[in-house]
Amino acid sequence: MARPGRGRVLLVHALLVGATLVSVFPILYALQVSTLSFQEVFVFPPKLTPGREFLDNLDRAWERVGLGRLLANSAIIALSVAFGKICLSVLAAFAFTYFRNFRGKGLFFVLILITHMLPLPVRIVPMFQLMQNFGWVNSYQALTIPFFASATGTLLFRQFFLTIPPALSDAARVDGAGPLRFLLRILLPLSVNNLAALFMVEFLYMWNEYLWPLIITNSDDMRVVQVGIKMLVATDAQAEWNVIMAGVVAAMVPPLVILLLLQRSFVRSIALGQEK
Amino acid sequence: MEGKFPNRILPYVLLFPSIAVVVIFLIFPSVQALRLSFFEVSPFTGRGTFVGLANFRELLSSELYRHSLSITLLLATGIVGIGISVSLAVAVLANQPLRGLGVYRVALLWPYALSPAVAGTIWALLFDPSTGPTTLLIRAVTGFSPNWMMSGGYALWITVMAAAWKMLGFNVVFFLAGLQAVPREYREAAEVDGAGAAGVFWRITFPILSPVTFFLFVMNSLYAFFELFGLIDVMTQGGPGGATDILIYRLYQDAFISARWGMGSAQSILLFVMVGVLTLLQFRFAGRRVFYG
Repeated sequence: MARPGRGRVLLVHALLVGATLVSVFPILYALQVSTLSFQEVFVFPPKLTPGREFLDNLDRAWERVGLGRLLANSAIIALSVAFGKICLSVLAAFAFTYFRNFRGKGLFFVLILITHMLPLPVRIVPMFQLMQNFGWVNSYQALTIPFFASATGTLLFRQFFLTIPPALSDAARVDGAGPLRFLLRILLPLSVNNLAALFMVEFLYMWNEYLWPLIITNSDDMRVVQVGIKMLVATDAQAEWNVIMAGVVAAMVPPLVILLLLQRSFVRSIALGQEK
Repeated sequence: MEGKFPNRILPYVLLFPSIAVVVIFLIFPSVQALRLSFFEVSPFTGRGTFVGLANFRELLSSELYRHSLSITLLLATGIVGIGISVSLAVAVLANQPLRGLGVYRVALLWPYALSPAVAGTIWALLFDPSTGPTTLLIRAVTGFSPNWMMSGGYALWITVMAAAWKMLGFNVVFFLAGLQAVPREYREAAEVDGAGAAGVFWRITFPILSPVTFFLFVMNSLYAFFELFGLIDVMTQGGPGGATDILIYRLYQDAFISARWGMGSAQSILLFVMVGVLTLLQFRFAGRRVFYG
């Protein structure tokens, strides 16, 4: 392919910078507003240099909705669900790939795949009733355990395990290593990229979940940060954007950090999936 | 031996946690939703009365529900159409030897990390009728100051843009992975044969990308149908005047605000039919993903 000429390269860069701005500007603007005072938000033309009020705004958001507790709850449930989903899907994928055909294998596989077809809204009323029957309403159990199964994770690890030469587990077995030892000592260290990618996806998924925590929690000390944003927005008639955005920043920094740390694994595991 | 372990019981033990969660929290409640959809449940006593298909009949003849359905389809069409065309264009641009590509890709992926609720709040800020920079820009250009809290059509547009914005980087990453799998020789051969850039794109690149495009079509549709509750609840609460009252918001209103559990379950079942269609399409198409295998 002919190398693109200089003019064309500049044009392409300009277009990509445009796309990047569309992507990033709203986030940067939210950060900017979180540093302004209430009066500065209304200045015309809009103030585009950072103000000095970020800590004050954060403080007010913190007090108004108990942001500290909300962030802790979000962290607890997102980390538990990511960890739970990874454990369960690694074990399931291992069972599907490293054992001689066993009775019910096909059925179990279909059962796990079915989770793809049953997103929460499809079963939300009976789920709520089930939580009532278990006595789990307004509890961490309700916010974590029902989410532990993962079709995505099981498929991801199964596909990855299938690319590993069978000679590896044969060798491990000849050396006297049992299946669990093989999983922990050999397979998991090889799966680091996939583990990181799945951790990222599932952490983001649960940190950002809104509907279920809204329905299943009913006291301020069990709320999560996403619902906290709604509480900030809804507190007054004239939106105090500076305070709301301080809350938004608190809600978006943890997932952004995780994304920046792990996006390489995420991209690589997508490329891996595409190769198949 | 084929690299398999001989244990007979262990695979069941390993599968047990996943299967238990699936059966208790996915299969059982789904079956229960189907059963409940044939009942009218009293919010006071919790007692159910069998009503047959009455819930479905009421839903399908209800103006409100039909309105929600058409709004949701409109929203999904907007999100899928804008999302896929813009991301494909960006991915094609980014798929050439350029400096700083990594920077663009990281930046484009940022919104993917945000929740729909956060995305909705930020877009409500951008389009705030009195202070939003976008409103000010539109006013400067057109002299007219739009207010999405008053205008339903405008609110729906902003919702579509906020939702599509969040998925942009995700789509680009998948398109880029797909583009990198397009053999260079194909394009080069077409260029040698005298095809222009547009010809190469439509005749070579686009057909080879079709599995990725289809995958993203399904993912974005599912996102539009199921993930936007937070965005709507924070931004518009279904308003103004029901303009953004999407199916999932209606379901929440009927099931958890009006406590009509049978009616809510009937809506769940209709949603299930929609996921079912999308997922089956995906499975059928996924079988043909051997374009470049």
